[in-house]
Amino acid sequence: MNKAAKELSARYRSIAILAAILAGFASSTLSSAQPSGAAEKPDPVAEAVAFRNYFVKKFPDVKLEEFVNGPYALNQDMRRQWQEIDQFPPYEFSLEKGKELFATPFRNGKTYSDCFPNRGVGIRQNYPYFDALEGKVVTLELALNRCREANGESPVSYVGDAMAALTAYMAFTSRGKPFDIKIPDDRRALEAYQNGKRYFYTRRGQLNFSCATCHVQYPGEHMRAEVLAPALGILNAMPIYRSEWGSMGTISRRFTTCNSQIRGQPLEPQSEEYRDLEYYLSYLSNGLPISGPGARP
Amino acid sequence: MASSIRVRAIANGETTDVQTLIQHPMDSGFVKNDRGEFIPAHFIQELTFEHDGKKVFVADWGTAVSKDPYVKFSFKGGNKGDDLKVSWTDNKGESDTATVKIQ
Amino acid sequence: MTPFDSLPMTRRLVLSGAGFLALADLGVISFHPVTALAAANDKYPEDAFKQNNGNEAIKLLYGQTAEPSDKIKLDAPEIAENGAVVPVSVSTTLADVTTVSFVVPENPNPLAAYYKIPPGTMPNVANRLKMAKTSNVIVIVEAGGKLYSASREVKVTIGGCGG
Repeated sequence: MNKAAKELSARYRSIAILAAILAGFASSTLSSAQPSGAAEKPDPVAEAVAFRNYFVKKFPDVKLEEFVNGPYALNQDMRRQWQEIDQFPPYEFSLEKGKELFATPFRNGKTYSDCFPNRGVGIRQNYPYFDALEGKVVTLELALNRCREANGESPVSYVGDAMAALTAYMAFTSRGKPFDIKIPDDRRALEAYQNGKRYFYTRRGQLNFSCATCHVQYPGEHMRAEVLAPALGILNAMPIYRSEWGSMGTISRRFTTCNSQIRGQPLEPQSEEYRDLEYYLSYLSNGLPISGPGARP
Repeated sequence: MASSIRVRAIANGETTDVQTLIQHPMDSGFVKNDRGEFIPAHFIQELTFEHDGKKVFVADWGTAVSKDPYVKFSFKGGNKGDDLKVSWTDNKGESDTATVKIQ
Repeated sequence: MTPFDSLPMTRRLVLSGAGFLALADLGVISFHPVTALAAANDKYPEDAFKQNNGNEAIKLLYGQTAEPSDKIKLDAPEIAENGAVVPVSVSTTLADVTTVSFVVPENPNPLAAYYKIPPGTMPNVANRLKMAKTSNVIVIVEAGGKLYSASREVKVTIGGCGG
């Protein structure tokens, strides 16, 4: 496994260098503010290009926007089952519930719409964003609970049905819109991006896997009974109704269960690493359409 | 919509195509909860579709039908605007019914 | 024209109180008397659903065995993405179809679903079934009083019964 990890990081580095050279002439929001030549200065623009190119090259028959469908983009038998079920999917009930919850006023008379731009409709693709005032990444789930607390309600569980339903509804209103994550000209935003990247590539757990082990190195392959999803577009379908759960589950739920599955220690939902991880992964999928709420095995 | 029943009934030339999705746990009785206790069987046994006072389709289900069950079928006749009545009963004696218009 | 006229022969006789002995005497249907009743009335076939053995369930439900038919098109995945939700559908060109059922022999209760197809309803059904493990999925089509079947193996890696 160590050899593979070295191979992976070597491959990543070489692609990044190549892409950086090619993209080097494009103006970047970051390079203009930072002195050039700083050690390990990340170039998210170039990295996103390299990341995309890696997957497009690995799966030349898969259209770019299809990556948002995860394993269904890579496996025909699974795709057929998914399409058949998607005609009238079981997640309809969660979606309806989400719409209802979203419209239900808080005790003070306000609604979720009052907390979000555009009344909360068609904005999912802008999350997460880096909040300059607080200096941290704000995800959609975090924003929803903050909305509740700001209006005198107690927060709901990040891994529970209500949050899944709410984010399902909000994702639905953004279906088809491309991810549009911004990294502002702010050292702290870049740090959050880096932090997310670091988490993504760090091995952990008894199985000593990093996120990249499965989702960069072996997408499309079987891990026990599952077909691994590619990391490109991996959050576009969230939240997802998993047949395994028999219910809709949030990004927080998926991150924590993924950690458990590799026999690692799950972090607290919406902890800094998870929010930064979501930031990193979402940014890399800029331009790919929101397809949520999604369905998965 | 408080009903557990979702229906799409579309008049398609000579036939009406019907798809239905029902919110129901369809617990088989074989699954244990976190405390190791069996979750009791709770599943729809009979699902009936009626058009113009006649039964056009009847489903008798066992525990092996998936949660939030789905079924699709077609019947001759049925015009846009006609009523289609869908009803189910389960092993606990619970039931639900919905009447939709054929599109 | 009464509502009874559109019912198949078996049901009409039972409902008019002829009794299952009369049926056997007529020699019209060579059912086992108990199963004649089960198949011929509108009651939920509880006993058939409770059977642990696929053949027993079919016997209880129909009282006869099915012969394979190439006029039945059974669609099911090669490898179920998850045994909890396996989309299975059937269509057939057989005439006078009255019932369609699905049997999954490796399930704890093999009879999964039994559909009644009144005249005027197409003999095509799509549904979603649970499969405990790799098994054949058998569809039984009752047409013109006889039974026909088709079968496909569906591999299941993640069992649908909570395993």
